[in-house]
Amino acid sequence: MLLLGDEAVALGALDAGLSGVFAYPGTPSTEITEFIQNQKGYKGRGQQQLCGEPPVHCNWSANEKTAMEEALGASYAGKRALVCMKHVGMNVCADPFMGSAMTGANGGLVVAACDDPSMHSSQNEQDSRFYANFAMIPCMEPCSQQEAYEATKYAFDLSEKFNIPVLMRMVTRLSHSRANVTPGETRAQNGLRFPDAAHEKQWVTLPAIARKRYPQLIKDNAEFEKAAEASPFNKYVEGADKSLGIIACGLAYNYLMENFKDGCPFPVLKISQYPFPKSLALRLAGECKTILVMEEGQPVVETMLRGTFPTGITVKGRLDGSLPRTGELDPDCVRAAVGLAPREVRATSEIIAPRPPALCQGCGHRDFFTALNMALEGYKGARVYGDIGCYTLGYMPPFKALHTCVEMGASVTMAVGSALMGGYPMIGVIGDSTFTHSGMTGLLDAVNEHADVTICISDNETTAMTGGQDSAGTGKIEAICIALGVAPEHVRTIIPLAKNYDEMVRIIKEELEYHGVSVIVSRRECIQTAKRHAAAKKQ
Amino acid sequence: MKEDIILAGVGGQGILSIATVIGNAAVKQNLNLKQAEVHGMSQRGGDVQSHLRLSSSPISSDLIPHGECDLIIAMEPMEALRYLPWLSKKGWIITATAPFVNIPDYPDIEAVKAELGKAGNVIALDADALAKEAGSPRSANMALLGACASVLGILDADALRDGIRAIFGRKGEAIVEANIKAFDAGLEFAGKQQLGK
Repeated sequence: MLLLGDEAVALGALDAGLSGVFAYPGTPSTEITEFIQNQKGYKGRGQQQLCGEPPVHCNWSANEKTAMEEALGASYAGKRALVCMKHVGMNVCADPFMGSAMTGANGGLVVAACDDPSMHSSQNEQDSRFYANFAMIPCMEPCSQQEAYEATKYAFDLSEKFNIPVLMRMVTRLSHSRANVTPGETRAQNGLRFPDAAHEKQWVTLPAIARKRYPQLIKDNAEFEKAAEASPFNKYVEGADKSLGIIACGLAYNYLMENFKDGCPFPVLKISQYPFPKSLALRLAGECKTILVMEEGQPVVETMLRGTFPTGITVKGRLDGSLPRTGELDPDCVRAAVGLAPREVRATSEIIAPRPPALCQGCGHRDFFTALNMALEGYKGARVYGDIGCYTLGYMPPFKALHTCVEMGASVTMAVGSALMGGYPMIGVIGDSTFTHSGMTGLLDAVNEHADVTICISDNETTAMTGGQDSAGTGKIEAICIALGVAPEHVRTIIPLAKNYDEMVRIIKEELEYHGVSVIVSRRECIQTAKRHAAAKKQ
Repeated sequence: MKEDIILAGVGGQGILSIATVIGNAAVKQNLNLKQAEVHGMSQRGGDVQSHLRLSSSPISSDLIPHGECDLIIAMEPMEALRYLPWLSKKGWIITATAPFVNIPDYPDIEAVKAELGKAGNVIALDADALAKEAGSPRSANMALLGACASVLGILDADALRDGIRAIFGRKGEAIVEANIKAFDAGLEFAGKQQLGK
C-alpha cells in the first residue's frame, strides 16, 4: 500500500488494536486522524474482522489538551488510545502530557507529535523529543513509512509492557511523504479493564502519592533505556574508517545513506528509539575520536552527549556548524558534513519571484479584513491582534490588517492585556475553530475584567487551514459568547460580502465605540468547503 | 534504473494528480517509490512542489539531492525555474507555458522563456490549449504528463495510461477517456517537438 508516513502511523495503530484516536487538526499531523476517519466501518483487514469492533473513536477534539485528557481516560479504562497533534500542540497539552508520565498508562497510550523543521506551516521549530525527555517517557523516531507502521505497533506494546505513554515523534518529511508499506498482523482491541490494585493509586497525583511515584519513574527509565539499547529500531553498523563516527537519528539516517549508496565507510549508530542508549554511543566513542551527530530538528542528542563522553572526544553537529543550526536536514547538507565534495549544481535562476501563500479568491476573510480596515480608518491607536489560521494571511498585502500572531487564542487575551493598560481601540481577530480551541477562556477574562475590547470571530464554519475539518463551535458561537457573559446586544453577526461593506463598517464602528466587551461574528462558509459541499450535492 | 522527478506549480493546479498517476503506474511495475508532498499553509495559492523518486533499487532519502533530478514537470513556467539547482546537467524540463500571475512582481514572461531556453532539454507546451483541442479543457495536467511520457525512461506511455484509468476510473469512462485524449495530445506534441530539434 502506498501510504503517507502519517497514514502508516494510523494503520499501525489500527492494527495494534486501537480503540480511539483523539486529536485536533494541525499540519503535518492531520492525516493520521483523517486516515482512521476514512476507514468507514473499519473491521480489520483480512478475514478475521478483529479490529474496529466496537468502532474506533475518531471524532476531532476541541484542542490538544482535551484530546490528551480524553485519551488518558481511554487508557485508564484499559483501551488503546492514540493522540495526534502538530509539535506546538504539545505545548497546549503539556499539562496532561506531563501528568500522564506520573499516572502511567493502563491501556496502551501513544502520543504522535509531528514536528515541522523548516517551519513549512508553523511558527517555530520546537523538537518534541524534548518533551519525551522532560516527561521521562520512551520515544520513537521512525525513518521510513514502513518503520512508522512498525514503530507505532511496537510503541503500543512498549506502552503496555512498561505502563507508560510513548511519544511517536514524526517530522514533516516523513508525515507527508508517500512510500510502499507492507502491513503485518492485526489484533483485537482491549476490553474495558480499569487499573488493578497495584496501579490504582498512581492515578491520583496528590503530593504524597506523586512523591512515591516519581522515584519509580526514574527507576523505570533505566529499563526504558535498556529497551532502547536492545531495540530493533536502533542499530550499530560497523565501518572500517574510524576517523569519524556518525550518530544518525530518524530521517538523518536516510540522508546519510543517500550519499553512500554502496555503504557508509564510517561506523554509524542509527537511532529510532529513546531514551538515548548511551552505552551504544560510548561504544562508538571507544572506536572514534570525532563523533558527528545528525538529527532532524534541534540538537537534543548533541547537547546531551557533550556531557556524556569522556574527555578527548570531539562532538560535531548543529552546534559547531558542521550542520546548519536551523531548518530541516537534506541530502546536501549531510553530504557536506561527512566531508564529501558537493555535487555539480546549476545556478539558481535570478529572475524567479517568491510566491507566498494568499487567502483564496472569494474567501470571507478577505471581505472581513477589507471592512475592518475601512472601519479603522481614523482610529490612530488601533491595534489588531491576530491568531492562528488562514486569516493570519490578513497580515500580508493588500490587507496588512494584523499587528500580532503568537499562538492559538492569543488574539483575545493580548487584546485584553493591552486594553487593561489603556490601549484603544484593541481588536482581536480569531477564527471559529481557534476560538473554541483556546479563545473562550480568554473571553471570560475579558468579561470579568470589563475590558474595552472588540473581538472579531471570523467564522467560516470549519477548520480551514488544515483542509476543512469539523469545527467544534459550528452553530454555537453566539450562544457561547452570551453564555460567557458578553451582553447579547453586543454580540453582533455580519455576513462578509462586498455588497455588505456599508453595514459591516457601521456595525464594527458601533462596537468600537462601545467601551466594554463586544463580539462581532463575521460568518460565511469557507469557499473551499462550500465548493466541496456543492459538488457532493450534485452527485 | 532510477528517475528523480520534481513536480512544480501553484497550489490548486493539479500537480498532485500527476504524481498520483505516476505513482500508481510505478507501483504496478513493482518500482520503489518515495514521494514527498507539501500540505498546509503553502497550498493557499503559493508555490507547491513534490519530490517523486522512482527506482528499481531501494530509495534512501525522501528528498532529491541537488543536481540529481532527472525531470522537472511544471504546470507553470516560472515555477519550473525555481528548481534548477536540483536538475542534473542532462535533466529535462517539461513545462506548461501559461504564466499564473497572482503576485505583483511576476517577472517579464519573455525573460522567463529566455531563461528556460538556456536550461538545455526543455519541452514547453500550451497544456491548456492542447487539452482544449483534445476536448478535455480541464485535463491540462494530463496533457503535461503526456509530454513527459516522451522522456520518462522508467515508465512507458501504456503504463501511464493504465495509471490514468486506475485513478479516474471511479469518475466514469467519459472522464477517463477525456484524460487519456489530453495525455495523448501532450505525448504527440512532445514527439513532434523533439523531432524538430
